Parts: sequence; C-alpha cells; structure tokens
Amino acid sequence: MSGKSVLKRLDWLTILIYAILVFIGWLNIYSSTFTEADQSIFNFSTLHGKQLFFIMASAIFVVIVLALEVNFYERFSSLFYLISMVMLLGLFVFGKTVAGATSWYDLGFFNLQPSELAKVTTALALAKYLSDIQTDIKRRKDQLYAILILLIPVILIVPQPDPGSALVFFALIFVIFREGLPLYYLSIGLFLILIFVCTLMFGTIWITIGLVLGLILFFLLKRKNFKVPIFQVAIACIATILFSLSVNFVFEEVFEQRHRDRFSLWLRLEKDPKKLEEIQKTIGYNTYQSEKAIESGGFYGKGFLEGTRTKGDFVPEQHSDYIFSTIGEEWGFLGTATVVILFTLLFLRLTSLAERQKNDFSRMYGYGVISILFVHFFINVGMVIGILPTIGIPLPFMSYGGSGLLFFTILLFIFLRLDSNRLKESF
Amino acid sequence: MRKILLSSIIIIIGITFIGRLSYLQIFRFSPNQVMEDPAIKAIYDYPERGYIYDRNDKLLVGNDPAYDVMVIPREVKPLDTLEFCGLLGIDKEKFIKSLKKAKTYSSRLPSVLVHQLSKEDYARLQEKMRKYTGFYIQKRSLRYYDTSSGANVLGYISEVNERDLAKNKYYIQGELTGRTGVEKQYEELLRGRKGVQYIQKDRFNRDIGPYKNGSLDTLPIQGKQISLTIDKVLQEYGEKLMVGKRGGIVALEPSTGEILSMISGPTYDPSLLVGRQRSKNYTKLYNDTIANPTWDRSILAQQPPGSPFKALNALIALQEGVIDENTTIRCYNGFYVGRKKRGCHCGGGLRNMNSGIHKSCNAYFAGAFRKIYDKYKSTDDGMDVWEKHMKSFGLGNYLGYDLPYGQKGRIPSKEYYDKWYGDNRWSSSFIISNSIGQGEVLATPIQLANMMSAIANRGHYFTPHILKKIEGKNIVNPKYTEPKHTTIERKHFAPVIEGLADVYRKGTARWVQIPGIEVAGKTGTAENFTKIDGVRTQLTDHSVFVAFAPVNNPQIAIAVYIENGYYGSRYAGHIASLMIEKYIKGEVTLKNLEKKMLEKTLEHEYAKPYSGKEFKINEYVW
Repeated sequence: MSGKSVLKRLDWLTILIYAILVFIGWLNIYSSTFTEADQSIFNFSTLHGKQLFFIMASAIFVVIVLALEVNFYERFSSLFYLISMVMLLGLFVFGKTVAGATSWYDLGFFNLQPSELAKVTTALALAKYLSDIQTDIKRRKDQLYAILILLIPVILIVPQPDPGSALVFFALIFVIFREGLPLYYLSIGLFLILIFVCTLMFGTIWITIGLVLGLILFFLLKRKNFKVPIFQVAIACIATILFSLSVNFVFEEVFEQRHRDRFSLWLRLEKDPKKLEEIQKTIGYNTYQSEKAIESGGFYGKGFLEGTRTKGDFVPEQHSDYIFSTIGEEWGFLGTATVVILFTLLFLRLTSLAERQKNDFSRMYGYGVISILFVHFFINVGMVIGILPTIGIPLPFMSYGGSGLLFFTILLFIFLRLDSNRLKESF
Repeated sequence: MRKILLSSIIIIIGITFIGRLSYLQIFRFSPNQVMEDPAIKAIYDYPERGYIYDRNDKLLVGNDPAYDVMVIPREVKPLDTLEFCGLLGIDKEKFIKSLKKAKTYSSRLPSVLVHQLSKEDYARLQEKMRKYTGFYIQKRSLRYYDTSSGANVLGYISEVNERDLAKNKYYIQGELTGRTGVEKQYEELLRGRKGVQYIQKDRFNRDIGPYKNGSLDTLPIQGKQISLTIDKVLQEYGEKLMVGKRGGIVALEPSTGEILSMISGPTYDPSLLVGRQRSKNYTKLYNDTIANPTWDRSILAQQPPGSPFKALNALIALQEGVIDENTTIRCYNGFYVGRKKRGCHCGGGLRNMNSGIHKSCNAYFAGAFRKIYDKYKSTDDGMDVWEKHMKSFGLGNYLGYDLPYGQKGRIPSKEYYDKWYGDNRWSSSFIISNSIGQGEVLATPIQLANMMSAIANRGHYFTPHILKKIEGKNIVNPKYTEPKHTTIERKHFAPVIEGLADVYRKGTARWVQIPGIEVAGKTGTAENFTKIDGVRTQLTDHSVFVAFAPVNNPQIAIAVYIENGYYGSRYAGHIASLMIEKYIKGEVTLKNLEKKMLEKTLEHEYAKPYSGKEFKINEYVW
C-alpha cells in the first residue's frame, strides 16, 4: 500500500481537533511557566521548550505509526502487552522515584513512564482477545479473562503508587460492554456507587427508610397479577443495607483522615461553613486554588499571559494536571467551553469512526481509545473544576509531560491508521 | 442501546462540565476580584485628614503624626518574642493575643499590632524594625484639638469595626473612621481618598512587579479643610458656664440657620479620646450612665418645653382668628378644667395677649387653646389644624440638620390620643396641658432654638446646619440656603414679639436684662418626674429659656435647657443673657451674673434622687 493512499483515507477532522488541542495546551503551558527573564520559545531548559520538543517527537512517531503495515498492530499486540507488563514489573527494580511515585525509567534525556505505554498495549491486547473467533463474551470464563487483561496492569501500577493511572484501566470495561458483557454488571456497579455516596451523605438509616418506602410504593403500584420474587427482593434489600453498613465501617475505620477529608470536601459532608473553608484551604488546596483561578477568569478571561494567579504560581502543578485552570483564568468561559466542546466533538467523532469499522479488532480498539481518552478528560477536568475528588491524572494532549503526549498520540494514531484501512475486511 | 451508551455519557458529561463552568465563571465571578486576589497586594497611601475650623477660621481640629506597628501574619518569621515585646512596650500575652486576632482577620492583609506609639518609642523601634520580618511601622495622623470644647459636636474618630467593614468596602482593618458628630457626618470630605498601588505577588508572597503596569493604581485625594458655623469663642464660653449643670444649649443665627453653638452639659475634653489612653477614657465616659457626657443633650434630650410654647399657641390662635391682641381672658389665679382647678403664678386678673405672655399666664393660654378647638366642629379637626401649625415650626419631626443623630420630639396627633383614650373619647380639656408646653409635647433644645429663629424671622426659618465652608467656599446646598415658611402670617408676629420683648423689659426675665441690647425671650419652668424605687417622684423643675436678640435685627436665637434648674430665669435665663451679650458685644458686662453662673453648680440637685433620703424640691434659696 502506498503512503499516499493512507494520507488520503485518514480522518482529517480528528487530526485537526488533535492539533488544535495540542496547540492550546502548549500555549497555556507557555503561559503558566513563562517568566519575564526568559521569553524565547526554543529554550529546551524551560518546560514549554521541552514540551515543544515532545510535540515534534510525537510528530515523528505519527509518521512511523502511519507508515507501518496495518496488520502489524493486531499481530504483535500480545507481544506488546507482554513487553509493557515486563516494563511495569521492572520498575520495582530499576524505577526512578519522582514525588513519591516510582513510575519512571530514567533514559537520561527523558523519563519514560511505562504506565502510559501500558494504556496503549492493554487496549490493543483487549481488542485482540475479544475479537478472537474463539472468544465468547457471554461465557463467564471469557469474561474473567477479559477483565484479567485489565487487572494485571492495575495490580502492577497501584503499588507504585499511582492509583490515578490504575483507575484509567477500568475505563476499558466499556469496550467489553460494547461487545456484549451483560449490562447488569454496570447497573450493579452504578447502584453500589450510588449507595456509597448516599450512605456518606444521609446515613444508613435514611437508606433503610428509603428502601422500605420504595418497596411499599412498589407493592401499591404493581399490577395485580405480577408475581414478586419475594425471596430475591429480600436478599437484595438486606445486601444493600449490609453494604451501606460496611461503607460506614470502611469510611470510619479503614480510611485515613486525608481520604475522609477528600470525601467530606467533595460531598460537602462538613456542614460547618468555617470548617469546610478550612478543609478547602488545606486538603483541598489545589482544587480550591484552581477553582478560584477559573472563577476569577470570568466570561472573557484575563488575557494571554495576564493571569495573576497563574503568574503568581498559586495553582500547584498548573502546567501538568491543572493546565485547564490556566485556560480558565486567561481565556475565561469562552476558552474553557471551547476546550470542553472540542473534546466532546473528538469523542463523538471517534465513536462514529469506531462504529463504521467492518473489522472487529479495529472497532474494539477504537472503543478502547475513546474509553481511555474520555476517562482522562472526565477525571481531570472534573477535578480541576471541583466536582470530583483529587485524582492526579493528566489532560490528554494538553498537560505537560513527554510520555503522556507521546503515548496518547500513538494511541490515537494507531486507531486512525486502522481506520484508514477500514474498507478492506481483512488484512 | 450498547452503541449509544458511550455517546450519551460523553454528551451528558460535556453538558455537566459546561454547566459547572458557567456557574463558576459567570454566576460566581465577582468583578471586585482585584481586592480578593491573593496574587495582588495593595499598598495604601493615606492622605491627611482635613482640618476643621470655626466660622471665623479659627482652628478647632488638626492632626498630629502617630505611628502604628503593623503585622502581616503570614510573613512573620520566628522571632525573639521577649525582646520584641520589650521594644514595643507590651507584655507577651497581649502580643500573642493581638497576633492571633490579626491572623483571624486575614493572614495576608496587614493588621494593627500596637496602636499609636509615642514619638520616643517610635525612634527607639525604627532602627531595629528590619530584624522583624512581617512587621512594619505605618505612619498615621491622629486628631489634635485646638480647643477643649465641642467634644460632642466635633465627634471623634476611631478604628473601623466589623460592622463598618461589612457595610463599606472602602475600609480595611485598622483604618479610622468618624464615629460621631461632624467627624461622622462629613467623614468622606474629611477623609479624602487613600491612594493605592497594586503589586503582583507569587505564591511565596514575593513581589514580582507592578500589577498591569500600574494602570489601576491611584493617587491619594487629600481630605478637605472645612469650616463649621460654630463660633469657637461662644462655644467655649457656653461650656464654661455649663460646668456643673446638665442640659443643652443651642444658639442659631436666624438669618441663615447656622449653628453658632451646640453645648451639652456635662461634656468632656475631646483630647481624651485620642492616643493610647483613648480606650480607658472612653470606657470611663461611656460607663457614666447617670451624667452621660457622651450623650449630646442639645440634639437628643427630648423634654417638655414648658412656657416657651405659649408663644406658639398665641401665634396659632391669632392665625386662626379666634383671638386678637386685645381679647381678654380672666385668670382666677388659675383656671378650671371641668371642676378641677389648675394653678397659675401670674397674679390673677384680666389678661390680654401682652400681659399673658410677659406674665406667663397659664389661664390665658388655656383659654386661647380652647378657643382654637372650639372653632372647629370636632376636636379631631381642631387637633389636625393645631398639629399642622406646630409642625411648620420644625417641631415633632427631624429638623434635617447635618449631624448624624437627632430626635423627633413630639407633637401629638389625633391618632396619638385615639390610641390613649379611644376614638372620639377625648376633648380639648384632656389635652389642655399642651397649651402651656406640658402634657404630651416634647422638644429638643435645637428645636426650641429653631422655633425662636422662626419667630425672630417673623415666619420662616433656615434649616439649622453646621457646615459653613468647604476649602474656603461657602456651601450652596439649597436644603440649607432656602427658607422654610411657617403657616403663620407675618402680621401676627408683631404682637407676640412685643409680648416676648416685655418679658425682658418687665416680665419674668427682667432680672437678667442686658444693658443696650433689646431681647425678646420667654421663660419656662417644666415639671418633671422620675421613678425612685418604683415610686413616681417629682424633681425640681427644669429651667428653660428661649430668646432672640436684638429684637429688630436678630443676630442670635438661643434655647437653654437646664435640668432641675428650677424656674426659667434662674439658670437658663442667666446663661442665655450671658451668651447673647458675649456674642453680640464680644465681651460680658454682666459680671454679677457671670460670677454666679461660674460658681453655682447643680450637683446637689442631681445627687438628690440617688441620696436614698427624703428631699425637698424647688428650694428657693440658691
């Protein structure tokens, strides 16, 4: 296949959105690391200079990814997965520790973060396994294998410790759902999260009362000839109450104070406004500052390089995890809304690309890409604007960080490469 | 279902984020953010507070430099507390307490740690200040008083409290604001506007440079110099006469409504409320709830006005046409209300308007008052007319002068009596005491002085005011420069003023005549009661005197109200005459009266109700 025809069949809309996001990201990294003393763009001792280097390196990798044979990815996906798991294991011996987490290999000019690589390889491996002709996702055993593919990197990443990155892998469950994992797994999961939150907010007593009221209402409104599986309902109710009680126990006895504080901040459990403000300013310092920075931007923002809180370095990690707050302060609601809309468009576009794949592997991998990017976007922006608890993961394409940008780019462009070949049913 | 699950979640999350962002950036956005932004530090430049002069441009209030030790809690580094406290001249506990208070207010805004260092302390501290990061010395100016009088009129300044901070965003902790009197009323004129310079800071509170290149910075605006209508000499003289007496004096210039003096007794030296002894002195003054020196009686004490009210009732009766100056009413050493007799001290016999006024005949005015009501079909209608006339003299409501406090006094209305007695269950005999300024009427000294001013002007007055000039230019506020007309026609004033002049020539005030000055005045003796151990007990009458002079070219209208001073010409009459002479002639020839007033005090009267023993009232001996 000639390179020219690949270019013609690439989805340029996706590439355009990608390029805009990378550009906006770099502009704001420049703003949040900018100092009066050093204004040159191509200074590789500055963070924005380094990021520019990573952007160029990513461009090279894009070319490589597009140039490779399309069936290369499917054929070697198991091997890639194995290599990346070995690299994660190797961290326990050779890893470099930054800010308390042993998540990097020191390559001299560059710190490589294998968990970023693992996101790509796990998506590939999962797609490969699910698309295998012998796999039937309706079978319990196959469900278990599929989930195991996600769990291995999680198990290897949690002890680094980097729970934020580990959490991302669970997003790949979406892929399994798309391919037929019964939806009650999802329903039960959501129900348990709901009970968890409600227990913290209202207490077990109210949950019990709510259940009883719900049952009464149900019996009053049900059709006469509807048979109620009384035994199952009773078991479910008791299980719910037990779960609620165990939430209380875990929250009070297992969690540490800092965890409790994060939750009481998130769910506004602390009713005393003075104490709440105190928690906001200590435990929630990052979120508090980023929220304030975004708020102070108003509708139009303070202007490029004019953000006072950005200049004063009030938001910690502003160039990496909190890059969105720079956008909020300097570009205002116009800027933040634009970024949210761009991401939403990108995800919807990718969803429609994935759905049009004739090849199962391509579709499943596409779903993997969307799930991973989306969960990053959701957790990162949610944290920065203060509606989710603090979980440190980057905003794709925008946050400062070489491994992140590089592997998100590879993740995306492998899919675009597969998509460019969609008209052929087999490779 | 499975195909659209992810898309739906993506769209819902997108909408949620945009919703949250619009809440943060549109609804919660506050345009006042420069002040709240921790990345911006404001450095203030305080202008000097404006000087206050009297009507003849004599200095009343100026400024003295003072030095406050300020602290910015988050910049404080560990220090040798003991040595520092020694330098500041405070003990360690107080230091820790003040520091904690400053921290509670704000960890990044400056707070005052020690107020108003003396010049010596300042000199000692200045060179060592560098050692203590987070602390600095701020120069401020303190009020300096070039008089020991006028404390209540001038008012004082004090540090803003939490309420002020919440009410007015201009102020920050530690700044000063006018608290009472002229200082409060003209706070914005006197204060000027502080200048501000914004500095961009980083998270570690280091200065990075000017914020927005200084485009938001402002220069301070100087406080204005103002001149009051007060006559410093007269004010000081009046306060000297008031020593040992309680009550209020207000002197006005009838042709302009300018307040020449406002005296409240007892008073205090305004310098007491300046400097480091301030709070001790303030507590002492504030806790004296019996003599109440911080309570400005000249505008706040509402008392029954007594006989001076007869002049107004005479004017109303003339205006209503129910009597003329020759109408006579017989006095039976009193008059009858139903079968009950009320007394009169005038001597009895036939009274006309002139003798009614100068002999202060109760029976004459009770008769005239009744005639006003008899003119109308119902008492209600009569009451309305009477109330309207009374209120046109500025009684029964706030006068509208430019001081922050006031009292309405009371001119009762028909509704007032309906509430007491029931609708239509009362008649003119119920309210007859109002004819002689007792009963339900109440007035403050400034209202009485204004009433005399209206009589002196033969039918109009200018709203009393205290501000004369701003930066040397006369005020032009029409509220104070346009006359307010009473409902009494000019022609009716002549006989009443003649009667008032006769009060001085041959009537109740003939003992206090001033050689060479024709005075129109009216004495008053107001009964008053207090409760001692729950028993209503009568005290010595209040001594009241109102006057204006000279009769044909009035330069001064005055009301003097001396609590428990007995009859009108006694304390009040003496003081009024002395002040009139002092103001018009510039010197006092009535040396006898002056000597008496300077020597006599009423402390023994004020002690009576607290003595716990039986006591006599209205003792004739001085």
